[in-house]
Amino acid sequence: MALAIVLILMVIGSVIFHFWSPWWFTELASNWGAMDTTILITFWVTGFVFIAVNLFIAYCVIKFRHRPDRTAAYEPENSKLEAWLTGLTGLGVIAMLTPGLIVYTDFINVPDDAVIIEAVGQQWQWSYRYPGLDGALGKADNRNVTFDNPLGIDPDDPWGQDDIVVTGAAAHIELDQPIKFNLRSKDVLHDFYVSQFRAKMDVVPGLVSYFWMTPTRLGSFEVMCAELCGVGHYNMRSEVVVDSREDYQAWLSQQTTFAESQGKPAPVGNLIERGAQLAQQHGCIACHSLDGNRGVGPSWKGMYGRTEQLADGSTVTADDAYLRESITDPGAKLVEGYPPVMAAYPMGSDDLDALVAYFKTL
Amino acid sequence: MAYADQDTGHHAGPDKFIWKYVWSQDHKVIAVQYGCTAIAVGILALVLSWLMRMQIGFPGSLEFIDPSAYYQYVTMHGMIMVIYLLTAFFLGGFGNYLIPLMCGARDMVFPFLNMLSYWFYLLSVLILLASYFVPGGPTGAGWTLYPPQSILQGTPGTDWGIILMLASLAVFIIAFTMGGLNYITTVLQARCRGLTLMRMPLTIWSIITATVLGLLAFPALFVSAIMLMFDRVLGTSFFMPYIVHMGQALETGGGSPVLFQHLFWFFGHPEVYIVALPAFGLVSDILSTHARKNIFGYRMMVWAILAIGGISFIVWAHHMYVSGMNLYLGYFFATTTLIIAIPTAIKVYNWTLTLWHGNIHLNTPMLFSIGFISTFLIGGLTGLFLGNVAVDIPLSDTYFVVAHFHMVMAIAPIMVVFAAIYHWYPKITGRMYNETLGVIHFWVTFVGTYLIYFPMHYLGFEGMPRRYYAYEGYEFISESAHSLNEFISVVAILVGVLQILFIINMLMSLKTGKLAGANPWNATTLEWQTPQTPPAHGNWGDELPVVYRWAYDYSVPGADEDFIPQNQPGELGDGREVGDDTGHSSGEGAPA
Repeated sequence: MALAIVLILMVIGSVIFHFWSPWWFTELASNWGAMDTTILITFWVTGFVFIAVNLFIAYCVIKFRHRPDRTAAYEPENSKLEAWLTGLTGLGVIAMLTPGLIVYTDFINVPDDAVIIEAVGQQWQWSYRYPGLDGALGKADNRNVTFDNPLGIDPDDPWGQDDIVVTGAAAHIELDQPIKFNLRSKDVLHDFYVSQFRAKMDVVPGLVSYFWMTPTRLGSFEVMCAELCGVGHYNMRSEVVVDSREDYQAWLSQQTTFAESQGKPAPVGNLIERGAQLAQQHGCIACHSLDGNRGVGPSWKGMYGRTEQLADGSTVTADDAYLRESITDPGAKLVEGYPPVMAAYPMGSDDLDALVAYFKTL
Repeated sequence: MAYADQDTGHHAGPDKFIWKYVWSQDHKVIAVQYGCTAIAVGILALVLSWLMRMQIGFPGSLEFIDPSAYYQYVTMHGMIMVIYLLTAFFLGGFGNYLIPLMCGARDMVFPFLNMLSYWFYLLSVLILLASYFVPGGPTGAGWTLYPPQSILQGTPGTDWGIILMLASLAVFIIAFTMGGLNYITTVLQARCRGLTLMRMPLTIWSIITATVLGLLAFPALFVSAIMLMFDRVLGTSFFMPYIVHMGQALETGGGSPVLFQHLFWFFGHPEVYIVALPAFGLVSDILSTHARKNIFGYRMMVWAILAIGGISFIVWAHHMYVSGMNLYLGYFFATTTLIIAIPTAIKVYNWTLTLWHGNIHLNTPMLFSIGFISTFLIGGLTGLFLGNVAVDIPLSDTYFVVAHFHMVMAIAPIMVVFAAIYHWYPKITGRMYNETLGVIHFWVTFVGTYLIYFPMHYLGFEGMPRRYYAYEGYEFISESAHSLNEFISVVAILVGVLQILFIINMLMSLKTGKLAGANPWNATTLEWQTPQTPPAHGNWGDELPVVYRWAYDYSVPGADEDFIPQNQPGELGDGREVGDDTGHSSGEGAPA
């Protein structure tokens, strides 16, 4: 009896929870409202079955619970009833699958006027590439990757010379302009995920995957990684900014092309600002927090001059020499309690100066 | 043929403790060994889930949980629960105990192989646990072990953990193969006289189908484990394309990470049914017994089991809709996946229709069985979201997925594990469990798991991604979502700790439980008709049983009692002369 009551309460509770839940879809910012609609159709079909079956069980438990004078019925099968139930289930399946596949057809057919933008994942940061004036991305391959050519653009491909590379900063896209995101990875699996866009896709080394969407709302949206990619997975952040046409063009015109970035000396400016910029650009803060919180690597807050306990038992003071070495050869003196997962960053002396200057301010 | 070669002599069995209980070839002892090992390792995985929930609900509250540790918990929890607990328990535990008894056989046809199967299983568990004692600890690659991540620095446990994990899986598969061949041969060759295929209890049908699935699916995992091991140890590139890792170009190239995913899920999806099908079968028999009513639509249930088993091999890539595979494959896999819902739904209907006009005894096994229907219902229905490719795209890799697969693949099967343990406990030990403790255990588990997983789906609707060590600073995740996570963590830990009620009940009742007698539930199937309880070595004394009817002659009109055991002759119900196969039997496998 208690079971029947609990089942009924559970059904009522679930329905109330559903309507009162503050946890629901994030506000849509793309053309994929149809995905939300298919979720809702599925919700109503499955919700009906959920309620009906649970209430049916509750009814049976009340009505047919054991009494000494009761005898159960003997009914091995009832083909008519079974055929009806099978048929109705089939109809329910068709009701969900049909809209699902219609939306999916939209999803896999990229509109002709879509602008291609490339998002590149690596542990643990996102970079972007825009086609530039010629409207086409140049060839790129992980085999071409160097410190100065982080996305591996083919230096000999004329189509790639005017490509625009954005590392460590937000991607900008234009409102109401269909975008085809081409996705590449330098190392492991990632997944380019913006909750408000609904569409997402894994980023796989060795191939170019894609999805398309049209942004429908101005604003700035958080990019996350949705495919486990190692210890820094949860902190692989970026941003997509949806701009008006004018803002987008203005932003685009300020970016440097691949050709311009090659062999160009680092911009000189305030040393500390330059350091902050480098930290941003190389994605350092995915692992090293600025506020003292524990991350994949030690926090940078108060790091300069701190005495660190090393994994081999010795201690070291985080002075200029130690910090510079830890950037160019991170495995040499590992702080205890952190995994040996940092890449070596073979930076020039100027960049190292800038970073150390930046550390001192934190 | 089927039963002819079994000798019917006296079976005293070995006397010495070590031969009787340790190096035993008795399927019942091996079953208990499998079960206890699985529970022991399952408790470890349960504790790991508490640590994960502590970090998710109360980030930073436990100092020692850093990102590496967290991902190691995620990985070990998942792998242990799916493979080393559920697969081992259903097939090694219940399969071993019930197949010979329900088939009226004296033992498995290859008892020595059966013993080896357990010891290889134990070895695989020990290899897995050894990864806690090697430099770098266990792998933190997630239970799916996707390369390149699983074998590159940047993921915990890439020194030794991943190697031990792959080795352990390979040994487990060897253990499973030895057991599985045994189960199939026993069911096909050692059924007693009169037990035609269409008279078999659904437990046997489902376990045997799951075993066939396992024998076909595990090789895919085996080869992917070996190939991944080569990539890790020998530097091959089966799954490794050109990679620039941590600023260094690796000497890999030409391999495909997506290939691994296809191999993994070619195993991984049937694996869902390797766990679910035995649960389906066991729960069918328990429901029927305690509702005092035949299982509704037996033949349809058998065909549904076979259909699910067959279709389960052509749905795997619904785990890969956003994996970067060719997008046109989505049509095929969405369609097959939603089609598999039909036989699955038929099973749910038939369970509930078994209750209809029944005489329902709400004891612990029955409560857990009904709890199973309800939790499986939720898990199955949310599967219709994720199977439908356009719906899956926004929900994939969110907490909706976590809630879905825990409901369908963890909670629902574990409900059956509990139902079945309570149900067969009197046969295994000869004593009754404590009903009050059992009922409390049910309420805690059933209500608790609903409170944990029902709201969790909504975190997924909000877009909260899974496998995150921390969610700080993500603005789209609402403040209240963090509160909900605190709530879920508290309930999860509470429900987990209260499983101690089950352990206490099991251990205490060994000594203090009422003597159960041979057939405390008035059940029809053969295991309840053994001359001794617990059944002695060889199960049946001098004479093998002879079966005259199907397994579900409950409440037959005109019968003296509300059940007629399978080995009782007579015209009532399904009763027919041996060899008369015009009834439920299709003739195959019929006795000579």
